[in-house]
Amino acid sequence: MKLPIYMDYSATTPVDPRVAEVMCQYLTPDGGFGNPASRSHKFGWDADEVVEKARRDVAALINANPKEIVWTSGATESDNLAIKGVAQFYQKKGKHIITSKTEHKAVLDTCRQLERDGFEVTYLDPEDSGLIDLKKLEAAMRDDTILVSIMHVNNEIGVIQDVEAIGEMTRARKILFHVDAAQSAGKVPLDMETMKIDLLSLSSHKIYGPKGMGALFVRRKPRVRLEAQMHGGGHERGMRSGTLATHQIVGMGEAFRIAKEEMPAENERLLMLRNKLWNGLKDMEEVYLNGDLEQRSAGNLNVSFAYVEGESLIMALKDIAVSSGSACTSASLEPSYVLRALGREDELAHSSIRFSIGRFTTEEEIDYVIKLVREQVTRLRELSPLWDMFKEGIDLKSVQWAAH
Amino acid sequence: MAYSDKVLDHYENPRNVGSLDTDDSSVGTGMVGAPACGDVMRLQIQVNNEGVIEDAKFKTYGCGSAIASSSLLTEWVKGKTLDEAQQIKNTEIAEELALPPVKVHCSVLAEDAIKAAVEDYTKKQDK
Repeated sequence: MKLPIYMDYSATTPVDPRVAEVMCQYLTPDGGFGNPASRSHKFGWDADEVVEKARRDVAALINANPKEIVWTSGATESDNLAIKGVAQFYQKKGKHIITSKTEHKAVLDTCRQLERDGFEVTYLDPEDSGLIDLKKLEAAMRDDTILVSIMHVNNEIGVIQDVEAIGEMTRARKILFHVDAAQSAGKVPLDMETMKIDLLSLSSHKIYGPKGMGALFVRRKPRVRLEAQMHGGGHERGMRSGTLATHQIVGMGEAFRIAKEEMPAENERLLMLRNKLWNGLKDMEEVYLNGDLEQRSAGNLNVSFAYVEGESLIMALKDIAVSSGSACTSASLEPSYVLRALGREDELAHSSIRFSIGRFTTEEEIDYVIKLVREQVTRLRELSPLWDMFKEGIDLKSVQWAAH
Repeated sequence: MAYSDKVLDHYENPRNVGSLDTDDSSVGTGMVGAPACGDVMRLQIQVNNEGVIEDAKFKTYGCGSAIASSSLLTEWVKGKTLDEAQQIKNTEIAEELALPPVKVHCSVLAEDAIKAAVEDYTKKQDK
């Protein structure tokens, strides 16, 4: 077994060797390096052919029409294009947007920007389970609401929102529905034929494809219009200009093709490993699972170890690559905004660890992690004055803390 | 974040972890910080009749730098008089442990902890 053990698959995944092999064929002089937009020679035609095959593979995973797939640089760009694109195109119809407090920053910060541009945004509070109460969502919908943006699988706690039901609600009111599916494509079934999702953000590097690559599904029937955010050569039917990165696209296509093929078996294996990990930790004292256990992506386990501070725990777990929240916010000392939105108290939000497992995680690694976590949590609790107080039966809320 | 060797050493082999009897009149206890801020430090000192700190113990809930700052502090205050101990500056701790700017607050907390412990001890003597 190699150390450190990688358990941060929600931050990014390694490129599957099968994907890397295909990508390498589209870079060098003897490979298919041509510009897919070149219509005057074979280099261009060949590149265009593999780009369109990749488009079919990506579309197939979500059961969409290939013509509904727009290539982007990643899910962040897809989120920006979807939300700003819709807001700008439909602003005459209304200027109200609904999202939730536990969305990824790519959605939240985009909405903040739109607020500065004169839009009004409602940020829904999720339930303690991390799930959105559909009644609260319904209550937030107004006549001037043009867009609802709710993620499918949460990046920190892995909970799965009922996007199928939300789609029914938005479609009935002629409100557009955007879903950030960066963490769900290839892990949770997505079907654009049956789900009434209008825009869907996809990422390549969360599912064993290369970084710097993503796509946006833009529904054709009923047709969704967007204001482009990147202007230039009119690529991607004018929605996203810029020379297509053939090798990246081919990589994403191959990753999505493999995901579709292997998802059922892979999910079963991940679920077995994830449950083994949770069963190995849950009998410890004062251990809390963050987010719903049932409505949850198979590879995610987010746990709070009360009375132990998260950063010191991560330091103690240096043989495991884990995070206390999303990679995007791991540089900040603030506790996770997602856990706070779930109503977790600060000390629990401060003590959370996200374990995310994936294609290359082994059972042996899970056993090692369980042993190490148990040892180190015990060690740090022996160092913790809060643990002492808990053991003495002192209610921490009754203490007058000298905040600093 | 990269930690200095000294932080790692104190974090992995913390000195003087433990508790002293809070009710003992020769013991001063200082507890600073708040769970909401992500760090709580408890420092206890045992003071002899000459006003010299004979023993010091700590427990800390916090990041590696907070644990290291309090561990180092217990080493430094032992053998010092109360006056000398109160002269310890957070900048000295930060410098010794090579704390990065975002972690300087850990050393501030350590300075607050020794001041609070001395204050607690002094109050007890007045009774």
